[in-house]
Amino acid sequence: MARIGVFVCHCGENIGRTVDASSVAEALRSHPGVVHAEDYRYMCSDPGQTLVREAIAANRLTGVVVAACSPHMHERTFRKVVAAAGLNPFLCEMANIREQCSWIHEDREQATGKAIAITRALVEKVKANTPLETIRIPIERRALVIGGGIAGIQAALDLADGGAEVVLVEKESSIGGHMSQLSETFPTLDCSQCILTPRMVEVAQHPRIRLYAYSEVEEVSGYIGNFEVKVRRKARSVNETLCNGCGACTQACPNRKVPNEFECGLGKRPAISVPFPQAVPNMPVLDRERCARFMAIRKGITKAVCGKCAEACTRGAIDFAQEDRFVTEKVGAIIIATGYQLYSIGKEQPEGEGLSGYGEYGYGQVPDVIDGLQFERLASASGPTGGRIVRPSDGRVPKRVVFLQCVGSRDPSRGIPYCSKICCMYVAKHVMLYRHKVHDGEAVVFYMDVRAAGKGYDEFTRRAIEEEGAIYRRGRVARLWRDGDVVKVQGFDTLSGEPLLLDADLVVLATAVRPQPGIRALAQKLSVSCDQHGFINEAHPKLRPVETNTAGIFVAGACQAPRDIPESVAMGSAAAAKVLGLFSKAELEREPTVARVDAAHCAGCFLCERVCPYGAVGRREVRDRAGRLVKVVAEVNPGVCQGCGTCQATCPGKHVEVQGFTDQQIYAEIAAL
Amino acid sequence: MAFQPKITAFVCNWCTYTGADLAGTSRLQMAPEVRIIRLPCTGRIDPLFVIKAFERGADGVIVSGCHPADCHYNSGNYHARRRFAIFRDLLDFVGLDPRRVIFSWVSASEGGKWRDIVDSAAATIRELGPCRADTGDEGRGRLACAS
Repeated sequence: MARIGVFVCHCGENIGRTVDASSVAEALRSHPGVVHAEDYRYMCSDPGQTLVREAIAANRLTGVVVAACSPHMHERTFRKVVAAAGLNPFLCEMANIREQCSWIHEDREQATGKAIAITRALVEKVKANTPLETIRIPIERRALVIGGGIAGIQAALDLADGGAEVVLVEKESSIGGHMSQLSETFPTLDCSQCILTPRMVEVAQHPRIRLYAYSEVEEVSGYIGNFEVKVRRKARSVNETLCNGCGACTQACPNRKVPNEFECGLGKRPAISVPFPQAVPNMPVLDRERCARFMAIRKGITKAVCGKCAEACTRGAIDFAQEDRFVTEKVGAIIIATGYQLYSIGKEQPEGEGLSGYGEYGYGQVPDVIDGLQFERLASASGPTGGRIVRPSDGRVPKRVVFLQCVGSRDPSRGIPYCSKICCMYVAKHVMLYRHKVHDGEAVVFYMDVRAAGKGYDEFTRRAIEEEGAIYRRGRVARLWRDGDVVKVQGFDTLSGEPLLLDADLVVLATAVRPQPGIRALAQKLSVSCDQHGFINEAHPKLRPVETNTAGIFVAGACQAPRDIPESVAMGSAAAAKVLGLFSKAELEREPTVARVDAAHCAGCFLCERVCPYGAVGRREVRDRAGRLVKVVAEVNPGVCQGCGTCQATCPGKHVEVQGFTDQQIYAEIAAL
Repeated sequence: MAFQPKITAFVCNWCTYTGADLAGTSRLQMAPEVRIIRLPCTGRIDPLFVIKAFERGADGVIVSGCHPADCHYNSGNYHARRRFAIFRDLLDFVGLDPRRVIFSWVSASEGGKWRDIVDSAAATIRELGPCRADTGDEGRGRLACAS
């Protein structure tokens, strides 16, 4: 006979204001099977928990329903409380009367009625609950870090220093990410490469880090503690063991007119190249799209053409026949750190993202209108101009540079309503870099607000305005167009109320920060979710910022939201700490809410095997005592099963059931609602 | 007293349930008629649950999960989608107005969308009136609805 206890929480005013908690307890007291019901101001507090524990012992309860907040919030808390009182933790259910009742309704009578109905349904469910035992599984103490920008580098180094093995996968030919493209960093004006490259070298030399550069994650299977990852090592056309990074091949390549992606198109590179001199690994990639030999092959020319790089290589490392290779790595945890890209104002926009370009800014076709990263390359001492700030069109030093903030950002009509966070600060930095190099130059900034929240940040923007002579105009720019060799900038200063028409030599657009293009495909491989903009969703925006909703998968840096360097580093360290915490256990405990087959009744149709997304369903032979085969039945591997229940809904006879969500439990809930 | 419909929502734990929680955290006010049953995945939702809900007095049912390609379990929502594409025809066959069953995708970040679905479902069902799904009432052994 069921002896259920119901505990109704006021959550201070949160539930109490619209739901009469004592009426809920009162109503439940007379519900069949309920032997104890009470309400308390804060059930999750220490006295609240004690109350639950004591009631379980005093009333010999066989099940508990806590009517309070969402199970995502405190299910774990109360299951622990129940376990501490000697009851199986899976005999406890949460009735969500806060997020899904008191917070969304104002009418007290209606809300109370609904809360009673919700709680009753869960009482009926808990009556059908059965004690479950936690599953223990071994942990592979290796981690995969996806993305070798500053967040991924930090995570990899912290993990490796903490004793874990790390596999670092970077899709570009060198690690370093966008930080390696920056000239200086705010708010200290530290040289970006000077602080980054030692860390890159550390990654390359660390005995516990295995670096796969120019590689991508192809497939992911498994679950927390036991992932299996297939990595595609893209063909560099260079033998990694033979190449010593001397650079003779890049010198020899006759095609020197390929737009350099690392320089954001501002410079040229050969068809075989390393992105920048401090690249890690310092090994070139042959661009097969631009290499004369491969272009000839595509045209159907059978004679081997060019081959100058191979002739120049003294070690015979050039391998034109190299193909993509695949390696499989077993890891226990995964950190996503794929970073960001900049929004383009062009006409061409990615499909399905709801973005549109800026026709009024000429869709990016106006010469001498560049974006923030291009300005970084112009200002960088290692950039295409050697650090001289000049116009891309004619190489002249610009005497008036106009900076536009919030291009795309905070502009719902372009599809990006969020603030990109880093632009206010880097524009202030650009202003300083420009004024330090062009003393008689004029820097004009158009802004919506200056958002400089951060240590030393506001002082930094004040310095740009007060000491470096930047002219800040509050307002947006309506149009940009080319007139002779200047760019006309038509805007409006909303503080002085005057329309402005400026002749600019150079215009720098602080375009919005967006996640990397392949993020949705990657998220799907990893079974994590993205928000509508493609940023990876964290498990909880406040309390679990570096975890995802998929156990064992973590997130760091700008793939989660626009992030600056200190935040990316902090997230990288935080994710590493989470993974190390996971690895510190001998065995992993998993919720036992997995599917189980009733072998006695299974007919062996194996529809469940076909629909299982994880390949968790196998086959087992059932034999009689004489060893004769009676039948073959389905069997679920509890380590692999994630408990989605698709098998159960598919099974014609309903002989496979997800523990914790059995048909009996659900029908009991339906009947009670 | 005005007709107060009973609407049962079958939602997945990862997207829609979290989205509904977000609607609560954001204090979005919505119609009070919807009661949520949490399931691991839309793939777990047996069409019989929907029939059962009507049998037990529901006037409408919402089925909602992760967006296609966003399923926490990779493909559960695709199975659900196929299942319910066929199930719609069955609804018609048993004499239930298909408008009483609302399918949607609500992600964990779409609290506002969940509110809109709840409100529009409540409005639709109020308009359709009560569902008398007590089997056999019409003498044909079919579920019968007033509308």
